[in-house]
Amino acid sequence: MLPALDDEIVRHRIAKRIALDLEDQAVVNLGIGIPTLVSDYLPSDRHIVLQTENGVIGAGPIPEKPDLRFIGAGGRPLSLVPGSSIVASDFSFGLIRGGHLDATVLGTLEVDEEGSLANWWIPGKLVPGMGGAMDLVTGAKNVYVATTHLDKKGRPKLVKKCTLPLTGVGVVTTIVTEFCVVRRQEGKMTLCEIAPEVSVEELLANTGMTLAVSRELRTMLGI
Amino acid sequence: MKKTIPRPVISAEEAVSFIREGMSVMIGGFNYGGIPYTLVDALAKSGTQNLYLIANDTAYANDEHPEGVGHGKLIVNGQVRKVTASHVGLNRETGRLFNEGRLDLELVPQGTFVERIRCGGFGLGGFLSPTGVGTVYEEGKQTLEISGKKYILEMPLRADVALIRAYKADTWGNLVYIGTNRNFNPLMATAADLVIAEVDEIVEPGELDPDCIVTPGILVDVLVLKGDGYYASRT
Repeated sequence: MLPALDDEIVRHRIAKRIALDLEDQAVVNLGIGIPTLVSDYLPSDRHIVLQTENGVIGAGPIPEKPDLRFIGAGGRPLSLVPGSSIVASDFSFGLIRGGHLDATVLGTLEVDEEGSLANWWIPGKLVPGMGGAMDLVTGAKNVYVATTHLDKKGRPKLVKKCTLPLTGVGVVTTIVTEFCVVRRQEGKMTLCEIAPEVSVEELLANTGMTLAVSRELRTMLGI
Repeated sequence: MKKTIPRPVISAEEAVSFIREGMSVMIGGFNYGGIPYTLVDALAKSGTQNLYLIANDTAYANDEHPEGVGHGKLIVNGQVRKVTASHVGLNRETGRLFNEGRLDLELVPQGTFVERIRCGGFGLGGFLSPTGVGTVYEEGKQTLEISGKKYILEMPLRADVALIRAYKADTWGNLVYIGTNRNFNPLMATAADLVIAEVDEIVEPGELDPDCIVTPGILVDVLVLKGDGYYASRT
């Protein structure tokens, strides 16, 4: 059994850890849900440019007086930081597919050992559509998955092989949950950081995919 | 329709009367931003049936807005027979009608969606995209391998009519946009036989900086001033 943590703590811990991973000058697209929270934790000593799929390069926080003509991908009003620019959707996705994004951060339903992820459709339920997710995971240099370690029924979301319709094949570079940081290193999903509440054994017992354990395994940063 | 200078400025009702039963219609917008609300509301009111809607998403229909928001209304009204979009999750009616077999739905990754429109508008026969390779999206599509990398062959998209939203127009039909209202609108202006633009304001030629014009007026047939609906006036 993994310890039960407060929902808000979980969400913010994951977001904060990913923010710490983003490098100075990185161009980053944040998905909806936990990924959106990453913007609250961007290190102040780094210049990080947030891109939104609907065309903003240089998105800032929700302004005091929202103007609905300036919104993010989830429909949240946003501000423009000084130096920002706005492009149409063809250009926005040209940037995304063309490898001009250093990172994209997305939530997921499942992520597997080969770095494939499934986050757009549960067959049998109403189909929402993939939106920009397939383009983002195809084009971004680094694909971060921000997810709770287990689903609502207590099953691991880090699985051996995805069973749901895929968003992308072999694209995930880093997985961050409330209990660990897993990186794809030399083709293997590798446990690199672990939260203080759990042991490696407990974590592996609650993870569906096979994880290599890094020789430099350390306590999860940002806690 | 032959273009005239100055571009005709007509009512939304008159503009959507060009859209006849069975036509394909592109509608600009992403989420609730950049939708030509006044035109779309008029189209919903017209009741024109059997439309093929090409839009990034199907806007909204939910508990708060059971009647639908923007072109979400066209879905709720049952005016649409087919949709090509990247996301329909915010309009509960789209999924429901699809599941009941009353709506044909083609879902396309967003970058592919807009590039298909660009192809349609710029005379290209198609393009090769890496997006969706290895997923269910690839099924039934032609693929090609170039330099060891697999791509999906994507085909152009065009429409009979495009309803787009811009910020300012001049009387030649040149358009500028504001904020994230821009999204798909400039692309759709290239890819339809008739392009109708809803704008905040119409100015004289020369008042818009040529360096800042995004859509040249040669692409725009008709202008409509935005109305005072809730979203039209706030976006």
